[in-house]
Amino acid sequence: MGNLSTLIHFDYTLMIVAVGAALLGTVSGALGCYAVLRRQSLLGDAISHAALPGIAIAFLLTGSKVPLILVLGAAIAGWLGTLLIMSIVRLTRIKYDSALAIVLSTFFGFGLVLHTLIQRTGNANQAGLDTFLFGQAATLLERDVLTIGILGGIALIVMLIFWKELKLLVFDADFAASIGLPIRTLDILLTSLLVIAIVLGLQAVGAVLMSAMLVAPAVAARQWTNRLRLMVLLAACFGALAGVSGTIISSTASRIPTGPTIVLCATVVVGLSIAFAPNRGLVWDRIRQQRNRRDLKAAMEIQE
Amino acid sequence: MIQNHLDILLIAIVTAAACALPGVFLVLRRMTLMSDAISHAILPGIVLAFFLTESLSSPLLILAAAGTGVLTVVFVELLERTKLVKEDAAIGLTFPALFSIGVILISRFAGNVHLDMDAVLLGELAYAPLNRLKAFGYDLGPVSLYVMGTILLLNLAFILLFYKELKLVTFDASLAAALGFTPTLIHYGLMTLVSVTTVGAFDAVGSILVVALIAGPPATAYLMTDKLSRMLVLSALIGSVNAIGGYWLASLFDVSIAGAIATMTLLIFVLVFLIVPNRGLIAIARRHARQKWEFAQTMLVIHLFNHEGLPEAETESAIADLHEHLSWDPGFTSQVVKYALNNRCVSRKETQLILTSHGRTIAQQALVQ
Repeated sequence: MGNLSTLIHFDYTLMIVAVGAALLGTVSGALGCYAVLRRQSLLGDAISHAALPGIAIAFLLTGSKVPLILVLGAAIAGWLGTLLIMSIVRLTRIKYDSALAIVLSTFFGFGLVLHTLIQRTGNANQAGLDTFLFGQAATLLERDVLTIGILGGIALIVMLIFWKELKLLVFDADFAASIGLPIRTLDILLTSLLVIAIVLGLQAVGAVLMSAMLVAPAVAARQWTNRLRLMVLLAACFGALAGVSGTIISSTASRIPTGPTIVLCATVVVGLSIAFAPNRGLVWDRIRQQRNRRDLKAAMEIQE
Repeated sequence: MIQNHLDILLIAIVTAAACALPGVFLVLRRMTLMSDAISHAILPGIVLAFFLTESLSSPLLILAAAGTGVLTVVFVELLERTKLVKEDAAIGLTFPALFSIGVILISRFAGNVHLDMDAVLLGELAYAPLNRLKAFGYDLGPVSLYVMGTILLLNLAFILLFYKELKLVTFDASLAAALGFTPTLIHYGLMTLVSVTTVGAFDAVGSILVVALIAGPPATAYLMTDKLSRMLVLSALIGSVNAIGGYWLASLFDVSIAGAIATMTLLIFVLVFLIVPNRGLIAIARRHARQKWEFAQTMLVIHLFNHEGLPEAETESAIADLHEHLSWDPGFTSQVVKYALNNRCVSRKETQLILTSHGRTIAQQALVQ
């Protein structure tokens, strides 16, 4: 009897984690499309690292470890980091990549300083740097999954409301500006949506791997279609798929961390897509080349 | 104890200088994020080599990890070459995947070896002097000082030997190719250097903060100069200043040294961003402000000049009514008048404003233009 109840309990925990990972994959997959299409794939990496000082400051100010407060701190810091990146690029001749690298590493370093400060005050079992770096999907609770669902849902709804504007911003920002769309505001809106997706993911996969959750599903989806609508939909599905399969695989053996497994699953999806996607895929490309060669040969023979 | 402090400071300075040198070329070639990718992706290389050697500072480990770094660059370029993935996305795909493999390897097998994840990612400069090089019973100093010193010399030698080639490849890759300089070779040489430097430095500052050392000082120097040679020297200097300042900060508040160096990097960068002559934010703001007053003054003298000597001049140049003629705000108008009076473009004659010869020249010049 006791065995049965632990089994059910185990399955229930696993289910919660899987649902959380799936939700997360959906949200970050869908929003990641915009980052990838705008060639800002690594913005996610910067935001997730830049969030650390925000978490530390939120903890220092409130002394609480309520996830929502820490998430808010993380979001504000990530958002400020992005604004700094944007203004460096706009006001100096430093290019996007360097601006990103500076903000990413120095914000993180500042977070580290604050973290050691917290550690020194003897506040045992503090904000958990390891959790921030690698995530702890296995500790996701119903409450966390609910937070991911609600905030992620809001982010997706906002994305749908501004679908047309965001699409224009991604594909032809100059045109968008010329017909009077406020592109700076839209840019900030899009970044804010990304920030939401990222801080939600921090707990599950951690700062280092969060960027993969944004990039991988979107890159995979890109191979299958040329339409934004389909790409976002596919990326959301791929993200969810990676989340669920990663969770299940990591649960089959002991000591396989969930976050990295999810990332590897997403990477496999990318590999398969790049190889086998119709029209764009590498296999397809090879077949087409061979067919062309054969046709050309046949045509030459006929000419002779 | 003082010896210990000095050791740490020396290691920090040497590491910062060693990272800043190749960083200059990464910043100029828009490849800074490659250092981020390399520093994360070397993890599986470090782990595998660590399983073999069981030591974090063995040369084999550094070689294996540096090899993984170069492999990362190859992966990213292969992905890019399929034309299915853009460069940024290729980087964003490659390093998390490799890093994940490293993390899984560690948590799966590292139960019986001593490889601390935090040490790899965050480093701990304070422990760096503990591992000392000993020969014939003499203490020759910390091992990491020798490792980083060698890497610094290596970087210096590479840059000095291939300065011309690096410069050409950085600023005009196609010309370099046309002249037969094989940009690919130089590119991979540079990437190998970055990998070796990153691996050497991660021991001291960890793999995330290496990025601050590689990107921070060169970007700061880039704001200050237009000359490559000056930028190289400045970067190394700024890197050292950041290291010293960071160490001071860390001992003041008793916090992570690497983190404090990164914080210092941000502070110095923002400071330079604000105050550097010509390109800084303050300089830009002042230029804008000056241009605004200059423009208003020019408008004023043109207005006076247009009506000079004509019957309506008396009403048109009455100080009290000027704002109506120029359709300006009265407060703004009086400020402009004051500005023009200070510059001796106009002078006051009872209730009127009349042009000086200097003001007349300005108006004439502005009208001719």
